[in-house]
Amino acid sequence: MEHTLTPGAVLGDRPRPEKNYLNETTGIWSWMTTIDHKRIGIMYLCGVSTAFLIGGVFALLVRLALLNPQHTLFGRVWVTAETYNRFFTLHGVVMVFLFIIPSIPASLANFVLPMMLGAKDVAFPRLNLASFYLWVGGAIFGITAMVLGGVDTGWTFYTPYSTTTDGSVGLMVMAAFILGFSSIFTGLNFIATVHKLRAPGMGWFDMPLFVWGIYATALIQILATPVLAITLVLLLLERTYKIGIFDPAYGGDPVLFQHFFWFYSHPAVYIMIVPGMAIISELIPTFSRKTIFGYRAIAYSSVSLALLSFIVWGHHMFVAGESDLANVVFSALTFLVAIPSGVKVFNWLSTMYKGNISFETPMLYALSFLFLFAIGGLTGIFFSTLAVDIHLTDTYFVVAHFHYVMMGSTVIAFFGGIHYWWPKMTGRMYSEKWGAIACALIFVGFNMTFGSQFIMGGQGMPRRYFNYLDKFQPIHAFSTYGSWVLAVGLFMMAINLLVSLKTGKRAPDNPWGGTTMEWESSSPPVFHNFEHQPVLEHEPYDYRHRTVTHV
Amino acid sequence: MEQQADTTKIGMWLFLVTEVLTFGGLFAGFGLMQSRYPQEFIEAHEHLQRPLGALNTVVLLVSSFTMVMAVLAARTNQSKKTVRYLIMTIACAFIFLGVKYFEYSHKFEEGLLPGSFYHTQATDTVKIINAAGQVVPSHGYATFFSFYFMMTGLHGIHILAGIGLLTWIAIRANRGEFSSAYYTPVDLVGLFWHLVDLIWIYLFPLYYLIS
Amino acid sequence: MEWLRSALLPPQGSAFAGEIDFVYMFILWLSIVLFVGIVGAELYFVWRYRYVPGRPTPHQTHNTKLEIIWSVLPLLLCVGLFFWGIDGYMKFAVAPGDAMEVQVTAKKWLWQFEYPDGTRTVNEVHLPADKPVHFVMTSEDVLHDFYVPDMRVKRDVIPNRYSEIWFTPTALGEHVSTCAEYCGKGHSDMHAKVFVETKEKYEEWMATGGDEWMKHTPEEWGKIQYEQKGCATCHSLDGAKSKGPSWKGIWGKMEKLQGGKTVLVDEAYVRESMLQPQAKVVEGFEPVMPTFQGLLRENEIRGLVAFIKSLK
Ligand code: HEA
Ligand code: HEA
Ligand code: HEC
Ligand code: CUA
Ligand SMILES: [Cu+2]
Repeated sequence: MEHTLTPGAVLGDRPRPEKNYLNETTGIWSWMTTIDHKRIGIMYLCGVSTAFLIGGVFALLVRLALLNPQHTLFGRVWVTAETYNRFFTLHGVVMVFLFIIPSIPASLANFVLPMMLGAKDVAFPRLNLASFYLWVGGAIFGITAMVLGGVDTGWTFYTPYSTTTDGSVGLMVMAAFILGFSSIFTGLNFIATVHKLRAPGMGWFDMPLFVWGIYATALIQILATPVLAITLVLLLLERTYKIGIFDPAYGGDPVLFQHFFWFYSHPAVYIMIVPGMAIISELIPTFSRKTIFGYRAIAYSSVSLALLSFIVWGHHMFVAGESDLANVVFSALTFLVAIPSGVKVFNWLSTMYKGNISFETPMLYALSFLFLFAIGGLTGIFFSTLAVDIHLTDTYFVVAHFHYVMMGSTVIAFFGGIHYWWPKMTGRMYSEKWGAIACALIFVGFNMTFGSQFIMGGQGMPRRYFNYLDKFQPIHAFSTYGSWVLAVGLFMMAINLLVSLKTGKRAPDNPWGGTTMEWESSSPPVFHNFEHQPVLEHEPYDYRHRTVTHV
Repeated sequence: MEQQADTTKIGMWLFLVTEVLTFGGLFAGFGLMQSRYPQEFIEAHEHLQRPLGALNTVVLLVSSFTMVMAVLAARTNQSKKTVRYLIMTIACAFIFLGVKYFEYSHKFEEGLLPGSFYHTQATDTVKIINAAGQVVPSHGYATFFSFYFMMTGLHGIHILAGIGLLTWIAIRANRGEFSSAYYTPVDLVGLFWHLVDLIWIYLFPLYYLIS
Repeated sequence: MEWLRSALLPPQGSAFAGEIDFVYMFILWLSIVLFVGIVGAELYFVWRYRYVPGRPTPHQTHNTKLEIIWSVLPLLLCVGLFFWGIDGYMKFAVAPGDAMEVQVTAKKWLWQFEYPDGTRTVNEVHLPADKPVHFVMTSEDVLHDFYVPDMRVKRDVIPNRYSEIWFTPTALGEHVSTCAEYCGKGHSDMHAKVFVETKEKYEEWMATGGDEWMKHTPEEWGKIQYEQKGCATCHSLDGAKSKGPSWKGIWGKMEKLQGGKTVLVDEAYVRESMLQPQAKVVEGFEPVMPTFQGLLRENEIRGLVAFIKSLK
C-alpha cells in the first residue's frame, strides 16, 4: 500500500543536481533577503499556515462555546458574550485577511506560476519580497490588536458599531489596510509576469489553466482592493475624528459603508475561489490522464467570474436598506455568476469521462472539492432568489454556505495543491496512506460541522449568536463534535507533511506525470528554476505526447 | 532592456489603475452623499474660492505640458533641457501647494472643517432637530468638508510624492543618466504626474462648480 | 414532503410563509437534482474509469454543442428563479393601506413597540390574527435587524432612517422575533415575543394595555403616562406655569376656579379634570385641555393620580 510513485509517473531520468534553491545559499539571512519567488512562496506558505492555525483555534473556541447553551465546560461557565464576540471576529478576520486571500496566490502560485510559464522569476522580484513583508507587517498589527483587547465588530466592521465600540478596532483596520497593499502588489506582479515572461512560443492559450485562474484573480486584486483601502481609511477617520461619512450620529450613512465594504468583499470571495478552481483544473486532468475538456471555456469562465464579481456586491444587502430596484438588479446579476461556475464543473466532469483515474491524495481532495463546491455553490442560489434570501440572510444558512465555499472548496483545493506540488517544492514524497486517511477525516468532519448548520439556519438560528434557543442545542452540539473530527484530520494532514520532510522518499522530477512546465525542472528546482530555458513543445494537458514510464 | 522597460511600464499602468480606483471610491461616495444632501452641498461649495481653484487647474495643466516636454527632451538626448523642464514642473507643483495652503488656511479660520470639527453655522440654511431637541444645521455641510479635505488632501499627498519623484529624476537627469536608449524612469514619473493632474481635472468641477 | 419542509424551516406564521417555503423547496429540489447529477456522474466516472495501467485516454478537447447546452440550460433555470424570487419579494415591498401601523424602536438591547393609540410595550407585541400589520422601525444607536422567523420577514433597523416590513399573521400563539444584525454584547438576547391573538383576545389586551403596569409602582406608572400621553407638554413638575398649571404641590390644595369658586384637589377632582376638563376650569387658564376620556385606561388614571399625589 505504501506506494510513493503514482502508477503513471514519469521518472526523473536525469541525475539530481547538487545545488537547488533550498541549499544554494544557507542561513536565515539568505532567506529573509531572498528575492527568489520559490523561497518567498515557501515563506508565505509557512506564514499562511500559521494564520490558518490561529484562525482555526479561534474557530474551535467558537464551536466549543456553542457546545451547550449554558456555555459550561466541566460544570463551569468559561466564556462570556463579549469574549465570544471577539472569538468569531478574530476567527473571521484572520481567516479572510491573513489566510485565505493570500493563501493560494501568494504561496503556491508564487512558487509554480513562473515555473509554469518557463520563467526564472516573477516580473518584479523585489516587489514580491516587499509584498511578503507587508503581509508580515499586517500580521504584526493584527496580532497586536488581538493581544490589546481584541476586536468585536465581526469581520465586516459594520458602522456605526465599529466606530463606537471599544477594543483595538483601529489596529485591526490598519492590519487589513496593510494586507490589502500586500495583496495588490502580488496581483500586480502576476499580471506583469503573465504578460511578459511566458516561455518562447507560449501563447495565451498555451498557458496552463492554473495561470489563467491566477491571472483572473490578480485582476480582481488590483481592481477591488484599492476601494477597500480607502474605505478602511475613512472608517479609521470616522472612528477617531467623527467625520460624518459613515456614522449616522454625525450625518453619515451606514449603508454607504456597506456598499463600499462589499464592493471589495464580494470580489474578494472570488479572489478566494478562482485560484481554488485553478488548482482543480490542474489536478483533474493530471490524475485522469486525459486532456482537459473545454480548455478555452474554463479559461474564459475564470475571467468572466472575475468581471462578474464586480457587479453583484449588493446581494449582501438585500435587507440592509438598499432600494427595491437595486435589490432586483443585484439579484438578477447574481444569478449570472452561476453560469461560468457551472461551466467549470461540467468541464471537469467531462474531463474525467473516459479518463484513467487514480486516487492519489491530491485527487482525493479534488474529488472532495467537486462534492463540496456543488453544495456551497448551489446554496448561493438560495440567496440570489430575493424572497428566499429575506428569510435566510444573517442566519447559519449563510455561515454554512460560505464555509462550504471557503473551507470546503478553496481550502480543500489549497490542500490538494499543497499535496500536488509538495514533491516539487520539498523534493520529498509524503505517505499516501496517511494523506488519504487525513483527507477522509477532513471530509467527514467538515460535513458534520457545516452540513448541520444549513438546518439550523433554515430554522431561523441567526449568526453571531452567543446564546441560542434550546431547540438548537442538539444540532449545535453535533456541529461542535464535527469540528473536532475536522481538527483531528487537519492535524493528521499537517503531521504527515511535516514528517515527510525528514523521512519521506526522495521525489522524482515528475511524480504524477504532469504535463505542465514546472514538472520539467528537478525536484526541488534549481535556483533559476530550469537548467535550460524550456521551450513550449506541446500544449498543456496533451497526453498524446506523453511517454509514460510505468513503475 | 526593451523587455525590462516594457515590464516596468505594465507595472506602472497597473499601479495607476489602483490609483484610479482609490479615487473612484471617493468620487462614488461623494456622489451618494451629494444626492442625500443636495442643498447643503450647493451651499457649502460656495465657501470654496473658485478663482483659486481655477488658478490651480491652470497651473497643473501647464505642469503637465512641461512634463511632456521633459520626457521628449530626455528621449532626444537633451539632458539640460530635461532638467530645465523638470524644474519648471516642480515649480508648478509648489505653486499648486502654495495656493492650496491659502485655501486651507482660509477654511481653517472659518471653521469649515470635516465632521465634528465643523463650526461655521451662521449661513447654513438647512436645519434639522437633533436628538436633544435643538435645531441645528444639517450634517450635510460637515460631510461636504469631510469629503473635500479627504479628497484634496489625498490628492495633495500625491502632489508631494510627485515632487519627490520629480526631484529624484531631475537629479539623475542632471547626472546625464538618461538618453534615447534609457529614459524609462522619466517616462514612468511622467505617467504618474499626468494621472495626478487628471485627478485634479475631475476634482475641480466636482467641488468648485457644483450646480 | 411536509416532513422535509418542517425539518428545514420553522412553522408557518404568516401568509407569506407558505409562498416563500414553496420557492425554497423548489430550489432545494432543483439543487438536489443537480447535486445528485454532478456527484452521481463523479462517482460513476471514478468507478467506471478507475486506473488501469497503460490504458490510453481519448483526446477530447471540447464539444461546442455540449458547452452551449450546459450554459443555456442553467441560464434558463436562473431566469425562472429570478422572476419567482422578485415576485415573492415585491409582495413584501409595499404594505396595504389598511395595515395596522406599529412603530418599532430598537436600541441596545431591546425592542420598543408603539401602537397607533400610544400604547407602548417593550420586548413583546400583540397582534390580531389575519389582519395585516405594518412595522415602521428605527434604531437609537447601532444597526439592528427585526427578524421573525415564523413570519419569514426580516429587515435591518437603522439609526436616523425608517425601514419597514409588513405581514399578515395567521398562526395563533407565541412567536419569537430575534435581532439578526450584529449589535454587540446583548445581540443574541435581543428577543421579543410576538403574540398572535384572536380579535377578541387582542381587544381585551388592548383594553387593559397588557400587564406592563403591574411591573411598576403606581407612581412610576403615572410618571411614564405623564411623559407618554403628552401631559408633559402642558404641565410642568417644577412649579413653572405652562399652558396648564404646574402639578407641583397641588395635591390637597384648594384650587381657585374661574367664577371665584374653590375646589379641593383630591382624587375625584383630578379624575374629573382628566375626563371632563372643562367642567371645572382653573383660574387664569384657557379651557384648552383636551379630554382624555377613552384614551386613558383605569390603571393609567390611577397611576397618574398617584403620581400627582407624590409631587409635594
Ligand atoms: C469562496 C467564497 C465564496 C464563493 C465562491 C461564493 C459563491 C456564491 N455566493 Fe456567496 N458568500 C461568501 C463566499 C462565497 N460565495 C461569503 C463569505 C458570504 C458571507 C459574508 C458574510 O456576510 O460574512 C457569502 C454570502 C453570499 C450571499 C449573501 C447572503 C446573505 O448574507 O444574505 C449571497 C447572495 O446572493 C451569495 C451568493 C453566492 C452565489 C450565487 C455564488 C456563486 O458563485 C455560486 C455558483 C456555483 C454554483 C451555482 C454551483 C455550480 C453550478 C452549476 C452546477 C450550474 C447549474 C446551476 C444552476 C442552474 C443554479 N453568497
Ligand atoms: C477561510 C475562511 C474560513 C475558514 C477556513 C473557516 C473555518 C472554520 N470556521 Fe469559520 N468563519 C469565517 C471564515 C472561515 N472559517 C468567517 C469569515 C466567519 C464570519 C465571522 C463573522 O461573523 O464576522 C466565520 C464564522 C464562523 C462561525 C459562525 C460564528 C457565528 O456566527 O457566531 C462558525 C461556527 O461554527 C465557524 C466555524 C468554523 C470552523 C469550525 C472552521 C474549521 O474549518 C477550522 C478548522 C481549522 C483548524 C482546526 C486548525 C487546524 C490547522 C492546522 C493543523 C494547521 C495546518 C495547516 C497547514 C499545513 C496548511 N466559523
Ligand atoms: C393642551 C394642553 C393640556 C394637556 C395636553 C393636558 N392638560 Fe391638563 N390642563 C390644561 C389646562 C389649560 C388646565 C387648566 C384649565 C382646566 O382646569 O381645564 C389643565 C388642568 C389640569 C388639571 C387640574 C390642575 C389643577 O391645578 O387644578 C389636572 C389634574 C390635569 N390638567 C391633568 C392632566 C393630565 C393627566 C393630562 C395627560 C393625560 C393633561 N392634563 C394634559 C391643559 C392640558
Ligand atoms: Cu440588536 Cu443585534
Ligand atoms: Cu457575495
